[in-house]
Amino acid sequence: MWSQGASGSGSLVLVAALFFALVLAPTLAIHVYTPREVHGTVGSQVTLACSFWSSEWISEDVSITWLFQPESGKDTISIFHFVKGQPYLNEVGAFKNRMEWVGDPHRKDGSIIIHNLDYTDNGTFTCDVKNPPDIGGKSSQVTLYVFEKVPIRYGVVLGAVIGGVLGLVILVVVIGYLIRYCWLRRQATLQRQLSAMEKGKLHRSAKDSSKRGRQPPVLYAMLDHSRSTKSASEKKSKGGLGESRKDKK
Amino acid sequence: MLLLLLGIIVLHVAVLVLLFVSTIVSQWLNVNGRTADLWQNCSVLVAPSSFQCLTSSTNEWLQSVQAMMILSIIFSVLSLFLFFCQLFTLTKGGRFYITGIFQILAGLCVMSGAAIFTVRHTDWQPTTSDTSFGFAYILAWVAFPLAVISGVIYVILRKRE
Repeated sequence: MWSQGASGSGSLVLVAALFFALVLAPTLAIHVYTPREVHGTVGSQVTLACSFWSSEWISEDVSITWLFQPESGKDTISIFHFVKGQPYLNEVGAFKNRMEWVGDPHRKDGSIIIHNLDYTDNGTFTCDVKNPPDIGGKSSQVTLYVFEKVPIRYGVVLGAVIGGVLGLVILVVVIGYLIRYCWLRRQATLQRQLSAMEKGKLHRSAKDSSKRGRQPPVLYAMLDHSRSTKSASEKKSKGGLGESRKDKK
Repeated sequence: MLLLLLGIIVLHVAVLVLLFVSTIVSQWLNVNGRTADLWQNCSVLVAPSSFQCLTSSTNEWLQSVQAMMILSIIFSVLSLFLFFCQLFTLTKGGRFYITGIFQILAGLCVMSGAAIFTVRHTDWQPTTSDTSFGFAYILAWVAFPLAVISGVIYVILRKRE
């Protein structure tokens, strides 16, 4: 019973500690964000982005520092410092005349650009921001990789070839079916026109022989059909005019 | 009549099986005990007697060979599916054009994949005196004429009832 009680109070303490750590603690530290990796090609430039979040108002005492540790070395050197509204670039060292300050502390941005990359620039860059009185917090690191040319990710060529060929084949098949459908429809309309013309000729021949007035079309057609067959059979037996008409057809 | 239909289907399925085996088994090259490509390079280690595999290189030409093999499988499967569709919907006396065209396309894809591999495999695989082609490569070349023959048979065939 007492162990349960102790465990109950222990869990309560744990919850309270978690609450303090997760909810209140972030507001007591400064947070710096950089991308984890940056890729660049030799001779070109690269932007090392650094943004930060501080619970305090950004004062004039805010300081931003960039540190560099080469890939083949253990020393970390300071290459950039921004304090009291004034950027200070390193006058000596590997990054002389190659660095450019493009950040704005009031926009919570502390980015720099490095021009004319070289293989010796491979390494880890650290962005460290301090905003008194908010000075605690972790700095953030970004690793720079310098390539001869930017490597294409695996699968880009694979996907492009498969997608391109499949798309082309599907397009050709769809166009083929469309052409066939249009052609068949044209055939059908031509057929209808032809049969309508033939019927019209039979009507005209029947009209000449009967000399009737105007009548509703359907009835006219039905009457004429019977009359036309009768007249056609009469003409067949008689010959002459009917046969010449048939030859014209 | 039924015998002809069965024979055609067996041929098509055989082509499909050849394509699948050739694509999936990674034995296009044999380099003194190691097998390499299309998807991974495996070697048999003697000392602690194990089998170790690494992914193949990310060369663009190897990727295009992989793409061609996958495309050939896709076209052959589509062709089989379309054959059954056309079997039941085609008018009497009609020809299996679409089925044949897709099967011929599959054959062309296998041929281009195998040809690209033959010409370009030295780009990512250093050749020694005892480099030889593996059985999956040979299966790809066998599948090409069979696929083309199968496609031509489909184009010539007329549907009867």
